[in-house]
Amino acid sequence: MSTLDTRPNQPAANKPVWSRYVHGHHWRTAAEEFDGAKLGFWLFLTTEVLLFAGIFCAYALFRAMYPEAWAEGSGSLDWKWGALNTVVLLVSSYTMAASIYAFQTDQQKRAQINLLITLVAGFAFLAIKFLFEYTPKWSGYFFVLDPALSHYPESGKTALGGLFHFVEGYGGKRPGELFSYPFAESANMPLWWSVYYCGTSLHALHVIIGMILIARVYVKGVKGHYGPTYYTGVEIAGLYWHLVDLIWIFLFPLLYLIH
Amino acid sequence: MSAASHATGHAGGHAHHGNYLTPKGGFWTTVKDWATTVDHKKIGIMYLFAILFMFFLGGVMALAVRAELWEPVRQEGGQISGQMLYSMFNSEPATSIAEGNNNYNRVFTLHGAIMVFMVIVPSIPASLGNFLLPLMLGAKDVAFPRLNLLSWYIYLFGSFFAVISLVMGGVDTGWTFYTPYSTTTEGYWRVVLMVLGAFILGFSSILTGLNFIVTVHKLRAPGMGWFDMPLFVWAIYSSAIIQVLATPVIGITLLLLIMERVFRIGIFDPALGGDPVLYQHFFWFYSHPVVYVMILPGMGIISDVIAVQSHKRIFGYRAIAFASLGIAAVSFLVWGHHMFTSMSELAAMVFSALTFLVAIPTAVKVFNWIMTLYKGSIAFNTPMVYTLIFLVLFSIGGLTGLPLGTLATDVHLHDSYFVVAHFHYVMMGGTIMALMAGLHHWWPKFFGKMYNEPMAIVGALLVFVGFNITFFTQFFLGSQGMPRRYASYVDEFQFLHQVSTVGSFLLLVGFLVHLGVFIHSLVAGKTAPANPWGGLTLEWLADSPPDEHNFHHEPIVKHGPYDFDAVVPPHWDPADYPLPADVTKPHNVVKAH
Repeated sequence: MSTLDTRPNQPAANKPVWSRYVHGHHWRTAAEEFDGAKLGFWLFLTTEVLLFAGIFCAYALFRAMYPEAWAEGSGSLDWKWGALNTVVLLVSSYTMAASIYAFQTDQQKRAQINLLITLVAGFAFLAIKFLFEYTPKWSGYFFVLDPALSHYPESGKTALGGLFHFVEGYGGKRPGELFSYPFAESANMPLWWSVYYCGTSLHALHVIIGMILIARVYVKGVKGHYGPTYYTGVEIAGLYWHLVDLIWIFLFPLLYLIH
Repeated sequence: MSAASHATGHAGGHAHHGNYLTPKGGFWTTVKDWATTVDHKKIGIMYLFAILFMFFLGGVMALAVRAELWEPVRQEGGQISGQMLYSMFNSEPATSIAEGNNNYNRVFTLHGAIMVFMVIVPSIPASLGNFLLPLMLGAKDVAFPRLNLLSWYIYLFGSFFAVISLVMGGVDTGWTFYTPYSTTTEGYWRVVLMVLGAFILGFSSILTGLNFIVTVHKLRAPGMGWFDMPLFVWAIYSSAIIQVLATPVIGITLLLLIMERVFRIGIFDPALGGDPVLYQHFFWFYSHPVVYVMILPGMGIISDVIAVQSHKRIFGYRAIAFASLGIAAVSFLVWGHHMFTSMSELAAMVFSALTFLVAIPTAVKVFNWIMTLYKGSIAFNTPMVYTLIFLVLFSIGGLTGLPLGTLATDVHLHDSYFVVAHFHYVMMGGTIMALMAGLHHWWPKFFGKMYNEPMAIVGALLVFVGFNITFFTQFFLGSQGMPRRYASYVDEFQFLHQVSTVGSFLLLVGFLVHLGVFIHSLVAGKTAPANPWGGLTLEWLADSPPDEHNFHHEPIVKHGPYDFDAVVPPHWDPADYPLPADVTKPHNVVKAH
């Protein structure tokens, strides 16, 4: 239906890929398509916030019901790991925003490097979370490089060729019925770990999804799909990554800082 | 509709090159074309057939429920009688009443879960909404066509999980999955699969909703302001807002429920310090707003059908438009009325008062519809008959909600058949009747074929009578103390239960008549003109069935959607069009397009 197609003719093939972008046939202009995509994605971010709202509600309710369990649970988290992860995410948010700016100003290399740093930060966040927080609390096995390992007497048991060292009586901080930590003072501590694991693992899942989006944007960026006149994909991935950051900004003080 | 014969198939004499239904090639090419299409019309039609199939499946479950209730379960001298569903699947009689009633529990759960999650929630937005929204806005497609296809596949994927659970034996939790029963009942994986299915269906709903919101904001035709939109669009827009804002909450709720069932995390388990009432708050924070996702699009259909079939400007356009938004806003404040007994008296009173607020915008709509009929030039065809049925049944459903929202009477009526009758009057008497009205109203637009009017009206009347016999009796049963979800009852209730069961099979006959009418129309229906009813909204400007790109030229909106007093509808002959006598000056008469 060429009579209905209001889009301009495609520019010559020797121009960069991004400058040859043609918007969808049902949009009047590329600018309207960009606005529409952003509006749609902001609506999607609203749903993400509401998804986490359930976790925050459960947190608030059980905190009011069992303050002593919350104080004890929060006390067994190390705020330094949480703070480090906060910094990691804030830096990655900066590099994400910088990559959008770089695409807007057609600095392709710079944009790609910033995206790579963002990806590495995502990996770093997950590594800290899994190696230094989840694993010891869940199983009692400490990663060999964990500074906390020196504070506890080792049982001599190791796993994965000495990469993990077992500490007696540390693990078992698991959610609900899986809870087996022997020194809990509050009877409702399992609930704290339920909220902790649900909240942080759902967030970690979002980090992984965000990294997949960024990896996709990186690949397309290397192929030259983004530039000053077309960068919708980067913008969307950026919005998502900032949301992931924002949710952590709420999780961190609620879980680690207030008792 | 003598004037319909004047309709010309094509505006502007554009060369014919096939419509969206024209096959692209051989059988497999066509299948591939439909499976990968991003055309909102094809996606809408696929949803329509999937939803009608699910409606059939849920309907069979409903009939099984009614059949089981034909006689009460009795145990005399070790001999158990009256467990029809159990004896259907087993040669030996059940060893205990509870064992035999298990089948009944599963069947009513599946009826509820299928009808709510797979039929009524997606029914009108995903099928009629998908097809009509871009057409009514004068757009070529929804804002995100590929996302639209994704929501369709997510819908299939979610339904697939639910069907697997069904094939494995189903669940007996009720469609509400209340904890701690749902986390402890037998059928470990069946419950997980069913809940997972509902969770996945939620994504489909969210994506459809946000697609529609962006479409309404960004893709209106030139000249179409917010108050030039058809009221169906306003209704779809309002329900899309609820879909986007409420569905994520059921998402996290069902996710936590799966965690609870699989890992025993204890958030909803009182044995571990958790709170089952928290589950109910979460669940109804979604599931109450979502009943307005079910009814608002139906109200939109009624607004459009009643104006077009009365050939009269809708009464109180803005009032109806704002009432849609008002219902959407109030819908988020009333969830507490599902658990009056598990909260403080003050909270219960506040929720009761907020619940009454819903009645205001709803009544505004009903009175506006009735005023639209007043002195209209009413066409007594199937869409109009279903609209009138909607007005009667929905009013009964709405008004019987008031005693349920009142604390003093709800103590007596809650969890009784009164509630069952109330929500069937609203959900089925409201949404499904509106769906039937809309389906007949836009059927010629969907498929380019007319249907057999007299037979469709016979079907509608059978449905109306059958529906009332089935559910009006349940008001009496409920107020006399018959609790919901029980497989048995005291002997005094048997007569009313049997009346209700007879009514349900009459309903079946009514819907079978409609099935016959639809099949006949597709096979041998008369070719439909582009604008059989004389509507003024933009979808009537398109061909029947529409061109692949909807319109031959981008439409420009020069008049309101219901200016029947001054505009000749598209494809109609001005000489033939009966404008009211008081339009005397020729310049008042605008020939549309």
